[in-house]
Amino acid sequence: MAEAVVGFDPLSTASTSQRRRALYLIYGLLTLFALCYLLPLAVIVLNSFRDMSEISRAGLIGLPHSFSLDHWGQAWSRHCINGACKGIAPFFRNSLKMAIPATLISTALGAINGYVLAQWRFRGSETIFAFITLGVFLPGQIALLPWAFVLGTLGLTNTIAGLVLVHCIQGLSFTTLFCRNYYVSIPDTLIKAARIDGAGFWRIFRRIVLPLSPPILIVTVIWQFTGIWNEFLFGVVFSSGSGQPVTAALIALTAGAVSVRQYNVESAAVLIGALPPLLIYLFGGRFFMRGLTQGAIK
Amino acid sequence: MSSLVIRDLSKSFGNVEVLRNINLEARTGEFIALVGPSGCGKSTLLAMLAGLESVGQGEIEIGGRVVNRVPPKDRDIAMVFQSYALYPTMTVRENITFGMESRGVPKAAQADALARVAALLQIGDLLERKPFQLSGGQRQRVAMGRALVRDPALFLFDEPLSNLDAKLRVEMRTEIKKLHQRVAKTTIYVTHDQVEAMTLAARVAVLHKGVLQQFAPPRAVYDRPANMFVAGFMGSPSMNFLPAEIVDDAGRLMIALAGDSAVARLPLTRAAGGAGKRIVLGIRPENLVRARGAAGAGTGQLDAVTEVVEPTGAETMVVLRVAGREVIARFEPDDSPGVGEVVRLAVDMNKACLFDPDTQALVA
Repeated sequence: MAEAVVGFDPLSTASTSQRRRALYLIYGLLTLFALCYLLPLAVIVLNSFRDMSEISRAGLIGLPHSFSLDHWGQAWSRHCINGACKGIAPFFRNSLKMAIPATLISTALGAINGYVLAQWRFRGSETIFAFITLGVFLPGQIALLPWAFVLGTLGLTNTIAGLVLVHCIQGLSFTTLFCRNYYVSIPDTLIKAARIDGAGFWRIFRRIVLPLSPPILIVTVIWQFTGIWNEFLFGVVFSSGSGQPVTAALIALTAGAVSVRQYNVESAAVLIGALPPLLIYLFGGRFFMRGLTQGAIK
Repeated sequence: MSSLVIRDLSKSFGNVEVLRNINLEARTGEFIALVGPSGCGKSTLLAMLAGLESVGQGEIEIGGRVVNRVPPKDRDIAMVFQSYALYPTMTVRENITFGMESRGVPKAAQADALARVAALLQIGDLLERKPFQLSGGQRQRVAMGRALVRDPALFLFDEPLSNLDAKLRVEMRTEIKKLHQRVAKTTIYVTHDQVEAMTLAARVAVLHKGVLQQFAPPRAVYDRPANMFVAGFMGSPSMNFLPAEIVDDAGRLMIALAGDSAVARLPLTRAAGGAGKRIVLGIRPENLVRARGAAGAGTGQLDAVTEVVEPTGAETMVVLRVAGREVIARFEPDDSPGVGEVVRLAVDMNKACLFDPDTQALVA
């Protein structure tokens, strides 16, 4: 279990007025930084509710005088992107169809890899682990040409399945690293006891290792889903037209504007596109921090 | 009939030889303790019996079948681990039935076996708990329950009591002994605690540096240790070792302690060689007692200076200086000497051991 953090107060010997001044300073600075960080988000959120006429009159930065959810509706289902006027909804669905299977598959494979590399060591398993984790440090751009070749050969260019494949493989290094490092803290006597009890590879995984795994599986799912959802490069290179994920479509949305940029619709579209990872983090963030800092058993 | 036979078993990890030419056999129902200091190879030996470690050279036979290449689950064994190795996410019930579930035992038979074991170990009211909700002693019981439910040909215990506090350890030791008397299963019990080995086992195998030093009933190991290592390892406080020489004293062979010609000589009660032979005299602390009157037959007397007195309650350990060496003697608390006091000690030479100073083996 996580140890209770005992507060360390470096000002415990200072006078009351000193302490008060220090607190004002600390919280003042923190508020300032938070404002700097949140301001762009605030501008986007506010713009998504403002009329176009108001934006062009008062500029991009300003409090809304009018309030309308209409631009959200337009961004979602009516705006013209890539020649079709169906909003970003189809691209949003593309992203879901890409991110959900890719997250689940890469997490499952990472868990199995980690289980083997942590608990069923064999000659050379450490080397294999080193090679797999090498992928963590390789920038995705390196893989662009090889992937183009592979997807072309498999006939998966410009398909969701192709992107799922790319993200599964690209994510494998991370998921394997996470799971393996978590599983090494499972005492190997548990596995030995289960082997004597007559359980095989899969039964031990299913009945002993998986039930211990929720903390790390939550971490990998959050990590993979946000990573895959927000990914842009592979999406824009290996898909086009109606097959694009939402990140690529957002660029098409801004680039394809014929006459006047509709900042309110673009703002709403960006926010919709950013929503899923945000929600996942809001609901899963607690588990994410816990999973990163916690061993399997204590 | 032997349910376990080990023949010429050796094992190396890289260049390090951890076990050399081990020969052991356990009769059906016998309780064998494998004892030795840490790093002696006892746990490796147990892991090889369980099939968790591959056999180097030699043969392991369980129930009349060579099992060198048989996987753990097919060896008809059950094992209790030092850390208990209870499955943390399963209840006590699931922990105990997991093995049967893996082997496809029908549900009804599982329930019967569970009820039998729960009654035997008195853990019936713990069945729905998770391991983290159990105390150390309860975890120990569940771990034994998981082994007992299998009804195997061979039980393996890997230092099962070393994680318990002193009081509980003694209680569980008695329980294990009772349990063994009731179920009468062949048991191999690894421990570094010589008291556990002595109290539990029908025969004790002492291992040191990968070599089997002695394999005999506890009394034999204690009274006639095969060498100075066994003599020093078994028994607490340890046996006292005094370098000595066999001398001819007017036609009788006597033992003279090295380093001090003024000390009285001790009678030689066993044939150990001729005059001039160097030996090491081994005397257990309880065989050094306060002398009353003249020395009887087979008894020698020594003068000693009391240096440290350590009362333990039931008895008092006294460190004395004899012929320039420290020895430990066991006194009744009422009878213990004071520091600085000169005590005349009687040595029961019939119970003394004589070792060769070079090979360290028992001579007589």
